[in-house]
Amino acid sequence: MSNIRSAFADGKAFVAFITCGDPDFETTAAAVRAAVAGGADLIELGIPFSDPTAEGPVIQAANQRALAGGATTDRVFELVRELRRDVRVPLAFMTYANVVFSYGIPRFLDRCRDVGIDGLILPDVPFEEKDEFLPACREAGVDFISLIAPTSHQRIAKIAREAEGFLYLVSSLGVTGERSEITTDLGAIVSHIREQTDVPCAIGFGISTPPQAKAMSALADGVIVGSAIVRLLAEHGTDAPPYIRDYVASMKAAMR
Amino acid sequence: MTNPKGRFGIHGGQYIPETLMNAVIELEEAYLRLKDDPAFDRELRALLDEYAGRPSRLTYAEKMTKDLGGAKIYLKREDLNHTGSHKINNVLGQALLAKKMGKTRLIAETGAGQHGVATATAAALFGMECVIFMGEEDTVRQALNVYRMRLLGAEVVPVKSGTATLKDAVSEAMREWVSRISDTHYCLGSVMGPHPFPTIVRDFQSVISREIRAQLLEREGKLPDAVLACVGGGSNAIGSFYHFIPDAGVRLIGCEAAGRGIDTFETAATVNTGRLGIFHGMKSYFCQDEYGQIAPVYSISAGLDYPGVGPEHAHLHDIGRAEYVPVTDDEAVDAFEYLSRTEGIIPAIESAHAVAYARKLAPTMRPDQILVVTISGRGDKDCAAIARYKGEDIYE
Repeated sequence: MSNIRSAFADGKAFVAFITCGDPDFETTAAAVRAAVAGGADLIELGIPFSDPTAEGPVIQAANQRALAGGATTDRVFELVRELRRDVRVPLAFMTYANVVFSYGIPRFLDRCRDVGIDGLILPDVPFEEKDEFLPACREAGVDFISLIAPTSHQRIAKIAREAEGFLYLVSSLGVTGERSEITTDLGAIVSHIREQTDVPCAIGFGISTPPQAKAMSALADGVIVGSAIVRLLAEHGTDAPPYIRDYVASMKAAMR
Repeated sequence: MTNPKGRFGIHGGQYIPETLMNAVIELEEAYLRLKDDPAFDRELRALLDEYAGRPSRLTYAEKMTKDLGGAKIYLKREDLNHTGSHKINNVLGQALLAKKMGKTRLIAETGAGQHGVATATAAALFGMECVIFMGEEDTVRQALNVYRMRLLGAEVVPVKSGTATLKDAVSEAMREWVSRISDTHYCLGSVMGPHPFPTIVRDFQSVISREIRAQLLEREGKLPDAVLACVGGGSNAIGSFYHFIPDAGVRLIGCEAAGRGIDTFETAATVNTGRLGIFHGMKSYFCQDEYGQIAPVYSISAGLDYPGVGPEHAHLHDIGRAEYVPVTDDEAVDAFEYLSRTEGIIPAIESAHAVAYARKLAPTMRPDQILVVTISGRGDKDCAAIARYKGEDIYE
């Protein structure tokens, strides 16, 4: 079992997304530890990108704050190395194809292995393009996390069959960000996925409240929350970590 | 190993969110079904003829030819098309395609506003809803085009994210498409983005080189020695080049916006200063930093102010079939004034980049050689901005 799978081994998983370097790396490190203290089972670390086309306004702004603060891919690797002194939960990178490609795909994944990254999520690399990244992921023992969307229909089977780590089920159309309502028939998609694979499935995009976490985790193996956490960082800056711990704990409690 | 689908050499591909994959697959299927359908072709040809005013003229630039004292210069007059630029060629094709696919809403990005105006025009013609994304900075630089789009019934959304220019307008149009797919077609304006857009847009724009070829063979009985066009994403350039690609004797020259110069950071000359990368759905050359962060590019021309270039151009560059040369703001502004005074044709500031290089190249060629310069659009939209650049305080 990959380290990622272990996040789903003990009940429903809570996956917390944090943009690295927003507003600075000390705060990111504290925010990650706070999320873990609140009960997060897996941390998605966003490597900032200048033009994050899959993100809504909240995470776009976080990317800009991080880059304005001097965040670089190398600095993110240093952060992970430092986190790994005591953080045991699985860690996955979430970034864009060009960040990995421009670093050099094998070089990027070598460093992932060195610092202790378990998974890689690239929202602009669909099934058709993943073979460019897969060999280096395999070599480094990093799971390449695939996404399934409400529009995936006939594509679900092939994506699910080759899934590793966990499957990222996008809850609804559109970019990341909080939504008051999620209307996609996710139950049907999850049962379709279950026919193909036993890889766990976590639902993300638009989840921010404990009732949503409860409802979504009932449908799948876990939930992914990004914008709501990043918003706490936007609001409280370097003082955000305790708020993040309490928020994650409230979400986790709702999922029990 | 890379996916071979939609590739031009190593470039191109489909680097987009899963949410959009079925939309581009559906688009490709519809396009493959319709592109060789005689009824579709008839309908599109009728639109291009009666509505857009094709074929566009090939004008012999006699005074320019004499003044420069070298190659015989012809101008391909895309500025004479309805809506004032080559953008209408692609838009009519895509709007017709979208209509056949049952879409009722068109969204598009625009830089200078020419593609936005063309899309708004097609939407009005076909009775479709229309939303145009335009960098906020460009809505100021090209205020007249914003008014034109609204007059045509489109909603114009000023994009404030990032550098508030063309790349951010593309990103925002992609975000909108991800949010609303079932009734919406993203009418991409250049030979860029994920497959099948670079192919579809190239095919619709290739009418330019098909006409140049026929017009020149009729007038001169031979092919040109060189074809020049400006390159941002590269749609008028690929349209001007396409039917000459197999003719090794025809030099194909794309003129990139160098802004304040390719040795400065204020440039948009992607092939000359960029590196291989993956962005906006495609692998190609992009202006970026060492970590792959897309660079904030600059050009006086809002239409060329883009940090990437279409994948087919990247490939033509790799194999040495086309050349890509940088042209600065100053050279383009000089050419804008030069063509206006010499031939009585006010070119778009984008097209003026190609005119500028023609002024350098023509004198190095023999009088029995032929140079074709594509005038991709007319320059009315640029007059106020150029006046300001020259220190004249006029406002539209």
